[in-house]
Amino acid sequence: MRVELQEIRKIFGDVRANDGIDLTFEPGKIYGLLGENGAGKSTLMKILSGYQPPTSGQILLDGQPISFSAPDDALNAGIGMLYQSPLDFPPLQVIENHLLAYDNRLILKLEDGSEELKAYARRFGFEIDPERYVDTLTLGERQQMELLRLLALGAELLILDEPTTGISAEQKEVLFSTMRRLAHDENKTIVLVSHKLEEVQELCDQVAVLRQGKLIGTQDIPCPTSILVRMMFGEEIPRSEQPAFEEGPVVLQINDACIHTYRLAVEHIEFEVHEGEVIGFAGLEGSGQGLLLRACAGLIPLRSGEILLDGKPVKGKRSPVFWLPYLAYAVFIVRLIWLLVELILGRIRGVQLAGGIVVALLLSGAIWLVGTIIESWTSVAPYHEFYAQGGAFVPAGRLDEGLVAGLSLTEHMILAAPEHSFMVNWNAAREEIQKRINQVNVVGRPESDVAELSGGNQQRAMIALLNAPLRLIMLEHPTRGLDVTSANHIWGLFQQRRREGTAFMFISADLDELLERSDRIAVFSGGRLIQIVRASDTSVEELGYMIGGEQV
Amino acid sequence: MNDTQLVRMLALIIAQSAPLMLAVTGETITERGGVINLSLDGSMLIAAMGGFVVAYKIDLLLQAAGISGNFFPLMAGFSTAALIGMLVALLIAWGSIRLKQDQVAIGFVLTLLLADVANFLGQDYTRLPGPRVKHLPIPLLSEIPILGPMFFNHDLLIYLTFAIVGIAWFWMFRTQPGLRMRGVGERPESAFARGIGVNRVRYLYTALGGALVGISGAAYSLDIKLGWSDNHILGIGWIALAIVIFGGWRPIRGALGTILYGITKALAQKLQTTFPQVPVVLFNSLQWLLMLGVLLLVGSSGIRRLIDYAPARLQQPLAQALRVAPPQALGTAFVDD
Repeated sequence: MRVELQEIRKIFGDVRANDGIDLTFEPGKIYGLLGENGAGKSTLMKILSGYQPPTSGQILLDGQPISFSAPDDALNAGIGMLYQSPLDFPPLQVIENHLLAYDNRLILKLEDGSEELKAYARRFGFEIDPERYVDTLTLGERQQMELLRLLALGAELLILDEPTTGISAEQKEVLFSTMRRLAHDENKTIVLVSHKLEEVQELCDQVAVLRQGKLIGTQDIPCPTSILVRMMFGEEIPRSEQPAFEEGPVVLQINDACIHTYRLAVEHIEFEVHEGEVIGFAGLEGSGQGLLLRACAGLIPLRSGEILLDGKPVKGKRSPVFWLPYLAYAVFIVRLIWLLVELILGRIRGVQLAGGIVVALLLSGAIWLVGTIIESWTSVAPYHEFYAQGGAFVPAGRLDEGLVAGLSLTEHMILAAPEHSFMVNWNAAREEIQKRINQVNVVGRPESDVAELSGGNQQRAMIALLNAPLRLIMLEHPTRGLDVTSANHIWGLFQQRRREGTAFMFISADLDELLERSDRIAVFSGGRLIQIVRASDTSVEELGYMIGGEQV
Repeated sequence: MNDTQLVRMLALIIAQSAPLMLAVTGETITERGGVINLSLDGSMLIAAMGGFVVAYKIDLLLQAAGISGNFFPLMAGFSTAALIGMLVALLIAWGSIRLKQDQVAIGFVLTLLLADVANFLGQDYTRLPGPRVKHLPIPLLSEIPILGPMFFNHDLLIYLTFAIVGIAWFWMFRTQPGLRMRGVGERPESAFARGIGVNRVRYLYTALGGALVGISGAAYSLDIKLGWSDNHILGIGWIALAIVIFGGWRPIRGALGTILYGITKALAQKLQTTFPQVPVVLFNSLQWLLMLGVLLLVGSSGIRRLIDYAPARLQQPLAQALRVAPPQALGTAFVDD
């Protein structure tokens, strides 16, 4: 199927998201759609997949003009889109997700459908269990599941919106080889929307570059990366210089730390982080690097060993009345024994025993309730101590953990501010957040609800909310979803903090970022710290080997 | 208590639970589609009142015309009640979908308002004897020992209730439209992307669930309790809402929940007469404590950790059986642009 976009325009208010774009997609080829955040890639693909209509312009399928009023129109015409966060149903089973709106037969064919789905998955090299619930799958597996559904429904042109964000390197390999097979053996058209140059270079046959809503041009691949960079940004971006790191005093010291969860055991971790040092954590997702970061922040307890921030353990403070809930148990047991003794001695009857037990339950329940409340008010959580000592943790889940959906940036500022007074000083908070918004280039106003910001801007907002000065900043995927210029800008801000002595630890799935930004890289595999290497002494290939569990 | 007494008591519990079962099933259907109808307490009252008044009036008219028999008055009464329940439910859906108002807020206001309206409009009709659904044992099945008297020695409405619970389960988990309905309740934007008219589906199932709630209300004035009186069914709506949660938004578990509720209630009465010296409040709160305990147990992380030790083959079904989660989009409006 040959798809042509002619003069596509999409105008939101006075923003020209797409400005007269002409593109042709031929069958059997893999296309890249490249551009920085906000260049209009997603808008264009939403138009092509029927999610929103263009302001003007038309789409031709094999020369025939067509217009879509809803995404299923586009899918019926053979255009399927895989969204960055798949539009599936996390609480349902895989097979239910597959069959939902699949056909119009009244009775679901759950068993036959499962067999078909399994066979279909095997054909594309995916491993999928139809019985599992979607919310227990990884992002990569959910992608595979959606992909199979689109293919089963007869998609001829597949659009993948930033498909490699958040999936493991292995899943990326499987995805890419499937894409190649679909295009080159089954004559389908693939459009990869991305802002990552390496990915486009690796997979695509041709690339189209958008900038500020306009099509800058198309380019056959392979070609020198510098050409693509110039098309994307209008200029070549110099690689930012990494200032030399001089070993200062120790900020964080990890002594023989072990963390056990029922999924993974992280064993015997031992290293030090110095003032102004950047340590990158490499490894497949779930190899233990995330657990270690959380343990350093005091969010999960250590099994053994200790973690010292500026020489003090991150442990929190136990309440001086921690024994109150235990008192409740004791009261109940003592009363129970007493009652039983009285029963045996014949001083009370069975009915009085039953009543006595109920009364004892109520009494000890009340003590327990009051006790736990007092205990929680008088204890200090380990994370709060970490925070008070100048630590900060920026998690990957932007709206799950990092930000509070429904609150504005100003309100976040009030929550994040180091000093709290009883009355909120709104003006001061608004001024402060405005200053930080400008500094970090968040596209949003102080009163914007964080849930309405784009993913990249939520990322920037979390970084804007970091106070100064800090001793240690820990980040999970700090530049995920950001384009090269934004990432450079954020790392530029971090460099400033480094000069002030702040140490950094960060997780990234992007090996280039790890090599470029870290002083040392800690490589994790299956819960073990394989090795800590100097970033200047290693390469992408070596890191790849080590992530696979091999010592170099 | 001998065997026949026990069976008779269980049969009574089942009969008494049936109207509640109907309301729970109706609300489960509505909530699965993503709309929360919190007005149950009020809409059941007004449906009970409306259904009774219509049945009573028509019965009087027919008797004056010399026609005997309960069929037409009852049909008219239940239809009116279903219509009232449906309209109230649609009001909530409309307020949420078109007026973009909070479903919980509308539901609360309607509960209070409708209860008062029902009292006001029905004050002339309290404690009047009206038509009643006729007892109808199923010929051969009711002869079966134990099971017969428990399940097949009731009236038509109760048999219909059992059927509706079964159909609701089958519809939700075994048919394409039912799957689409669940999809709409879980993630409307995904359902929209697959070509489903989210709000159309929501109107449909809200209306259907509301109709069942209405019939359930009328069952209290025309079936298990004779005649209309405002304090007949005060509070039942809240109980139904609680049992929907207890049943984990599944029809069969919800139905079992209503029977469990009936059993604990009967037990409380029994205990109360056995131990008159213990305060009544304690026994009355027994059923709630029991439910709270079960919910806490099912939702606890301890249980989930226990599942990890179960044989691999059993883990999936066990986890599935213990999954209790509200539809993710419950109570939220869907805006398609």
